[in-house]
Amino acid sequence: MSEGTLYDKVWDRHKVTTLPTGQDQLFVGLHLIHEVTSPQAFGMLRERDLEVAYPDLTHATVDHIVPTSSKDRPYADDAAEEMMAELEENVREAGIDFSHPETGDQGIVHVIGPEQGLTQPGTTIVCGDSHTSTHGAFGALAFGIGTSQIRDVLATGTVAMEKQKVRRIEINGELPEGVEAKDVILEIIRRLGTEGGVGYVYEYAGDVVENMDMEGRMSICNMSIEGGARAGYVNPDETTYEWLEGRDAVPEGEAFEERKEYWESIRSDEDAEYDDVVTIDASELEPVVTWGTTPGQGVGVTEPIPDPEDLPEDKQDTARRAQEHMGVEPGETMEGYPIDVAFLGSCTNARLPDLRRAATIVEGREVDPDVRAMVVPGSQRVKAAAEAEGLDEIFKEAGFEWRGAGCSMCLGMNEDQLEGDEASASSSNRNFVGRQGSKDGRTVLMNPRMVAAAAIEGEVTDVREIKEVSPQ
Amino acid sequence: MSDEVEIPSVEEVSGTGVAIRGNDIDTDQIIPARFMKVVTFDGLGQFAFFDQRFESATPEESRDGDGDAVVADEQKDHPMNDPEHKDASVMVVNANFGCGSSREHAPQALMRWGIDALIGESFAEIFAGNCLALGIPTVTADEETIAELQEWVEENPDGELEIDVADETVTYDGKTVDVTVDEAQRKALVEGVWDTTALMKANADAIEETAESLPYVEDGKRV
Ligand code: SF4
Repeated sequence: MSEGTLYDKVWDRHKVTTLPTGQDQLFVGLHLIHEVTSPQAFGMLRERDLEVAYPDLTHATVDHIVPTSSKDRPYADDAAEEMMAELEENVREAGIDFSHPETGDQGIVHVIGPEQGLTQPGTTIVCGDSHTSTHGAFGALAFGIGTSQIRDVLATGTVAMEKQKVRRIEINGELPEGVEAKDVILEIIRRLGTEGGVGYVYEYAGDVVENMDMEGRMSICNMSIEGGARAGYVNPDETTYEWLEGRDAVPEGEAFEERKEYWESIRSDEDAEYDDVVTIDASELEPVVTWGTTPGQGVGVTEPIPDPEDLPEDKQDTARRAQEHMGVEPGETMEGYPIDVAFLGSCTNARLPDLRRAATIVEGREVDPDVRAMVVPGSQRVKAAAEAEGLDEIFKEAGFEWRGAGCSMCLGMNEDQLEGDEASASSSNRNFVGRQGSKDGRTVLMNPRMVAAAAIEGEVTDVREIKEVSPQ
Repeated sequence: MSDEVEIPSVEEVSGTGVAIRGNDIDTDQIIPARFMKVVTFDGLGQFAFFDQRFESATPEESRDGDGDAVVADEQKDHPMNDPEHKDASVMVVNANFGCGSSREHAPQALMRWGIDALIGESFAEIFAGNCLALGIPTVTADEETIAELQEWVEENPDGELEIDVADETVTYDGKTVDVTVDEAQRKALVEGVWDTTALMKANADAIEETAESLPYVEDGKRV
């Protein structure tokens, strides 16, 4: 078992007791809720006549079902309106802070938590959403939970969990031109497999992660779950502290310095013990795109798509079905794969630096006339900040739609959906069949600059071949 | 101020049965995804096995103005539509029941329809875990035992079954057969520790102590 890691330290600090079921009872420092998975839990609370134990450690937003075209109420979709109204009622009753669209603070739950400084190192964070792992970028222990667990957290401020093993993933060296955080995590999932992380929490480390900005770290931690890991984290450092200082929920002045001491104390020890260590040489990487229907089916943009025969036996069948669904042939590259839709959004890649990088590709160019391209900023604040820099104009001039904040086409629970067998170049995290709203739809996952390049060219394009316009 | 909690132990479940035949019945069949765009689990019972029980397909068609399932003459031939089985509380199923999406809506729908226990050849792990969180035992038996049970249940809609979780037996038709209850599940049900909410709430003092020991929490608030 691991020892002296951030995971061990934060777990121990938050452990209330060991339950008769053998699980540990952990105190939850931040409970994030949204409209899809919380209403049933509030219902269960009502059935039992229980109250929310720690409303001040709970924070709500709305993201999955919000329309990104207009925030006018009532929403056109009755079911969406009902879910929103229910959330409003629940948070009002319990006295929970709500980043409501009217506040200008609304957005994808995994974007707004860090943005408002709610996400801090050395805390435990849960949310009824698997991509809660994103918050691990700050050195928090962050887990997605199910509805019964949401009820547990609402009612008690704690959650029952089994401790997992810790795998350290070191990415050493320097990332080559055109390669970014998204490519690193797609590469990790491709190498270790979508079940490779089962039973583990991932600690991301090495030069690449240490030199990476917080947004990049979030992109990596975000997709820990696609790699099968229950959570992922990065040890907090000066980059983390600088990013946090001055944010809404972060203490100021002397209190900030004091808090920093705590944050430093929960970093993994130099001589910490891990259950497993994996190293990756960054210099080998290139932009990764997916050719199939699981996030593990990725390939370097100039590499040939694998022949199912060459894969491990248990992967062959899914690979064959995936290639059929996507209409790709082994031996070909993904470069040149025609695209109908370009989606720049989601909790993986819709933060300000993501949009800035994509804009350097888009500026002065035009979206291919056959492509429907959209930018869906991760939050209202990201949107406002991007507009202040004029990014919206760059995207709009090129022919992108500039939409409101939400999950949007990441999962097609609102009006933004693929139609028929449309192929989408997407900066999101899941390429499952049907994920983007159409059962015949095809999703190619890639980094935001690659999405921009695909939008311009109308096909999967190696972004390294495109000359960037230097950002003003 | 540690609350006294009483989590009911589930040592025995008894009632009449209903047989749902077929292997690999996934959670999409148990509760179709379109009924998940809802805000409570209340009322989910009427949508259990909806597409197997009713003709209508779209949510608009399958709900009336009050959001209730449309019944009347659109019913298909399904054991759960059979008035003789409407009070059944034990569902007898085959292999890999509850596979697919991890939605907790599935056991919720069955429970709200009236099911208190399931007997089957095997259950998908997450489904069984979700059942346990509701205090619903998922006991298993071999193919032959299940086949006999299903037949008997179909022929005797009024017949009482008695599941003894602690002893791992099912009694019906004047005889007792052996079944298996997963060890952890048996312990949780029999010792009454399956309800994590109640279990954890009982540790209120320890929770508060832990909270106050954290540098970022004071009086239950973030600082
Ligand atoms: S953006 Fe996509 S992955 Fe992220 S929370 Fe929303 S639906 Fe989930």
